[in-house]
Amino acid sequence: MDAILTTYNGVEFTIGAAILEFSYLLAAILFVYGLKLLSRPETARKGNFWAAAGMVLAMVTTILLHTDTAGNYIPGGNAIVIIITVAIGSVIGLLISKRVKMTAMPQLVSIFNATGGIASALVGLLEFSNPGNESLLVTLLGLIVGSVAFSGSMIAYGKLDGKVGNISAGIMKYVNFIILAAIIGLTIYIMFQPNPQDVSLMVYILFAAALAYGVLFVMPIGGADMPVVISLLNSLTGIAAAFAGFIYNNQAMILGGILVGAAGSILTLLMTKAMNRSLINVIIGGFGGGGAATGDEGGIYKEISVSDASILLAYSKKVVVVPGYGLAVAQAQHTVHELEKLLEGKGVSVKYGIHPVAGRMPGHMNVLLAEADVSYDKLVEMDEINKEMETTDVIIVVGANDVVNPSANDHPGSPIYGMPVINAEKAKNVIVMKRGMGKGYAGIENPLFFRDNTRMLFGNAKDSLQKLVNEVNTL
Amino acid sequence: MLSIYLGIEVISNVPSVLHTPLMSGANAISGVIIIGGIILVGHSDLSHLSLRLVIGIFAILFATLNVVGGFAVTDRMLEMFKKKK
Repeated sequence: MDAILTTYNGVEFTIGAAILEFSYLLAAILFVYGLKLLSRPETARKGNFWAAAGMVLAMVTTILLHTDTAGNYIPGGNAIVIIITVAIGSVIGLLISKRVKMTAMPQLVSIFNATGGIASALVGLLEFSNPGNESLLVTLLGLIVGSVAFSGSMIAYGKLDGKVGNISAGIMKYVNFIILAAIIGLTIYIMFQPNPQDVSLMVYILFAAALAYGVLFVMPIGGADMPVVISLLNSLTGIAAAFAGFIYNNQAMILGGILVGAAGSILTLLMTKAMNRSLINVIIGGFGGGGAATGDEGGIYKEISVSDASILLAYSKKVVVVPGYGLAVAQAQHTVHELEKLLEGKGVSVKYGIHPVAGRMPGHMNVLLAEADVSYDKLVEMDEINKEMETTDVIIVVGANDVVNPSANDHPGSPIYGMPVINAEKAKNVIVMKRGMGKGYAGIENPLFFRDNTRMLFGNAKDSLQKLVNEVNTL
Repeated sequence: MLSIYLGIEVISNVPSVLHTPLMSGANAISGVIIIGGIILVGHSDLSHLSLRLVIGIFAILFATLNVVGGFAVTDRMLEMFKKKK
């Protein structure tokens, strides 16, 4: 009787496990399918839905069907604890995601990335003290990468929100190196312990070192490099989840994690390419101080009055707006859209020229303008808009600087030489909206401002645009 | 290996309009670590409040924020893109 029962239980156990395995695989496929759909504007929303569905599937089947090594299912009481926790997390997550302003999107992405990272780190920390754990290396790696992603994302959040400044000292390079070496050394030391559980203090030190490394590695990076850092951190969180997946040999976690890691890496490379810099260069920090004097064309810039600018715009055929981080800071996306509609109403064609690294995260300008209801077919990528420059009557540069700096094309001594830029100087007229003559993130002179066809319109982007709107309205 | 290839294959030609939603969608997927949290808490002893249980619950909580918040905000962004068609 006893034997039959065991067999019966044994069979049931196998079927449950098989269904669970299958559901993980299905979840992983849904992640891939979702990301695939997410990469096309028409299907993006569906893609997001399917990826979310994959996640729900994996969660539900885990609660229902997961068994420990002894073959026990998750007890009802534990399931309730899990469900309550998930419910609380969901409510908080939903509230945050509904309430946050679109201009704060980079901050939000960083925060969510941080939560994913810390979750991976905590799982790694717990699994380490689990004596049955045979995959020590991936456990430690998950812990390290997750911690770096967490603290790095928190610092990135602080920077984006203006709470943390850029601290960049030459000595930091060495400190970072020492911490990195310590992390590697500790990992090796722990790996070679006969009883790794005995050195749990070392693991806490490792945890702390990884957290410190995340802080120090993001600290000196800022401004225009933010899109690179954010996508890099994003990819780290994915990798951390994948490492944790190896502990459980869980297909959904491994595949999902690697997928995110790969996607994040590609986006990172795309961003570094858009800045003509290597990843190493970005991580090591800031634009090299060797920026030789570039502004030899410097000297005299010419201002334009609001009324002249509005007449110029209203009687143009084709206007291109090049937005930058200044647009986000001034929250001027709605006002710029208002101006666009007004000009379109007067028969002027208006487009937006979007540089891939304009703003503080990949695609930042697109999200911002989409929030203001700007139709996405008006958002033109850099290479396309550059082809149209000669036929453009007026280009308005709103809160952007380095992405329209012609030095990148023709000044080999410039720190940004070689970076692809929007060739604003080729347009017939250029209006630059800036708060003052301050330099851009790269801290270099922009010869565009001194060209004969360039006029400066000083002031807060939103105010200036509003004045233009009012003025064009009276024409 | 396959998933690295898939990742590259899937993302390589994304228009910049979608960079942010894609990043934030991928970010939500990295919350798949929640499965690890569920497994940990699922097989923990509930009879007393252990450090393991508390940390595990926090892991689930953070991962849920990542998953739910991530997917929700991506949807919100994509909704804006769609509106102007």
